[in-house]
Amino acid sequence: MDALFASIDLFFLAISAVKIVLLVFAVILPMVAYSVYAERRFSAIIQDRVGPNRTGIPLTLFGFKKDIQILGIGGLLQPMADGLKFILKEDFTPGHVNKFYYWLAPCLTMVPALLTCAVMPFGSELDLNWFGIAQPIKSVIADLNVGPLYMFAISSLGVYGIVLAGWSSNSKYPFLGGVRSSSQMISYEISLGLSIIPVLMIFGELNLSKMSAYQDANGWLLVPLWGDSAPWSNGWHFGRWLLWIPVCISFVIFTISMFAETNRTPFDLAECETELVAGYHTEYSSMKFALFFLGEYAAMIIGSGLAVTLFLGGWSIPFAPLLSKLTGLQFHFVPGATPLYTGLLHIATFFAKVFGCILFFIWVRWTLPRFRFDQLMALGWKVFFELALVNVILTAGILIWCPLK
Amino acid sequence: MLENYLPVLLQVLIAGGFAGATLLISVLLGKAAARNRVKDSAYECGMVPVGEGQSRFSVKFYIVAMLFVLFDIEVVFLYPWAVIFKDYVAIHGTAIFWSALCFVTVLFIAYAYAWKKGALDWKH
Repeated sequence: MDALFASIDLFFLAISAVKIVLLVFAVILPMVAYSVYAERRFSAIIQDRVGPNRTGIPLTLFGFKKDIQILGIGGLLQPMADGLKFILKEDFTPGHVNKFYYWLAPCLTMVPALLTCAVMPFGSELDLNWFGIAQPIKSVIADLNVGPLYMFAISSLGVYGIVLAGWSSNSKYPFLGGVRSSSQMISYEISLGLSIIPVLMIFGELNLSKMSAYQDANGWLLVPLWGDSAPWSNGWHFGRWLLWIPVCISFVIFTISMFAETNRTPFDLAECETELVAGYHTEYSSMKFALFFLGEYAAMIIGSGLAVTLFLGGWSIPFAPLLSKLTGLQFHFVPGATPLYTGLLHIATFFAKVFGCILFFIWVRWTLPRFRFDQLMALGWKVFFELALVNVILTAGILIWCPLK
Repeated sequence: MLENYLPVLLQVLIAGGFAGATLLISVLLGKAAARNRVKDSAYECGMVPVGEGQSRFSVKFYIVAMLFVLFDIEVVFLYPWAVIFKDYVAIHGTAIFWSALCFVTVLFIAYAYAWKKGALDWKH
């Protein structure tokens, strides 16, 4: 234990603290707030409505004639107004609940969602030589060698929050919602875990940063159009193109399981308002309800981040070799020799991709109807489980009989 | 090696602190209104609640939980296998493939048995 304390580098700890605070409070939480806003505007467009378009800087409170709309887009301060309202509402604990678990449940939904972003590589490296820091700073909070395992382990803790919320509310609708939701989440966790095994076999790696770096050098897993895996770079390679089939199957299973894991439509059986009112959080109000809400959106962001890291190249810039050739700048990652602008561009690319995924989530939610519970279970257990298992064997066969190099 | 996990510990503190702090702020700033018997009762669409809050539920949910434990462990066993697969094949040949195929086949038999017994059937 003493040896462990002696090896703690205070500088490393301080940098990590700065990274955590910046990522959680300056990126993830605003992103959660604005994906709620994006969802409301997007759904309004789909349903031919206007959506929240009035909240700006509230100058009318001080006697002026008009509120100021930021950037000319109506309602950009709506998330702030919502947050303020959540805080100022009555904090009510009904008399019939189990108090301790009733208070614990929202925290247990929110905390795992924030914890999983620790291993997410949101950029390559930041070269801070100008600021007197010699070592390039890695754009990941904890560079663990067990990235996906850590993510699955922590994110499945979120089930506890939902089960406890349903059980401690001591009321029928939350109870049914909690039981349904927990069995849905554990069912799809299996296909989620199985679906990324082909990806791990191709990378031969469990470190998410190295996976992103591999895709930066060799082309994205799902879009192998540039880098070394492009058909014209090393001659036509049959095995590489065969491998694209299991990768596509993996991606489809992964994405759909992710929808089920985050309780989003078409799998939002935990809170289908037509039969269960609001599901497991029926008895919740004010900030405790908001934590469930934030947790759901944070889980969606983390899920999109994992999909981007595994299949869509992580922070890697699309057409990087071509762009480098055209502009003479460096757009790809070289360990220890990545300029600052490239490091920043990588971070921007990562979050742009994540936001694209979130828009896809929203689009699906407002397009597809909800599944029935037996259909949901049949899809998870009878279709995805087998498909993912066969996919693993298929990938193994391709890697043996058409090796990559 | 272990110091890689220090930022994770730090993040546990920050995330837990955030959740606790928001709840506390809402307790401090939220207006408290009078309570009454109706407000304290469970929500059942405005009717007077009938029976217990936590009623009996289908045994199916329990079976699903058991199957989950079984098959999720299988998935965890496959992870290290998948990570070393490419390098192992290059050096030692295809033995790793056949052994995993046997493992998956055994589990597939168990899966087929569970299906045959109706454990995955939610219609009845």
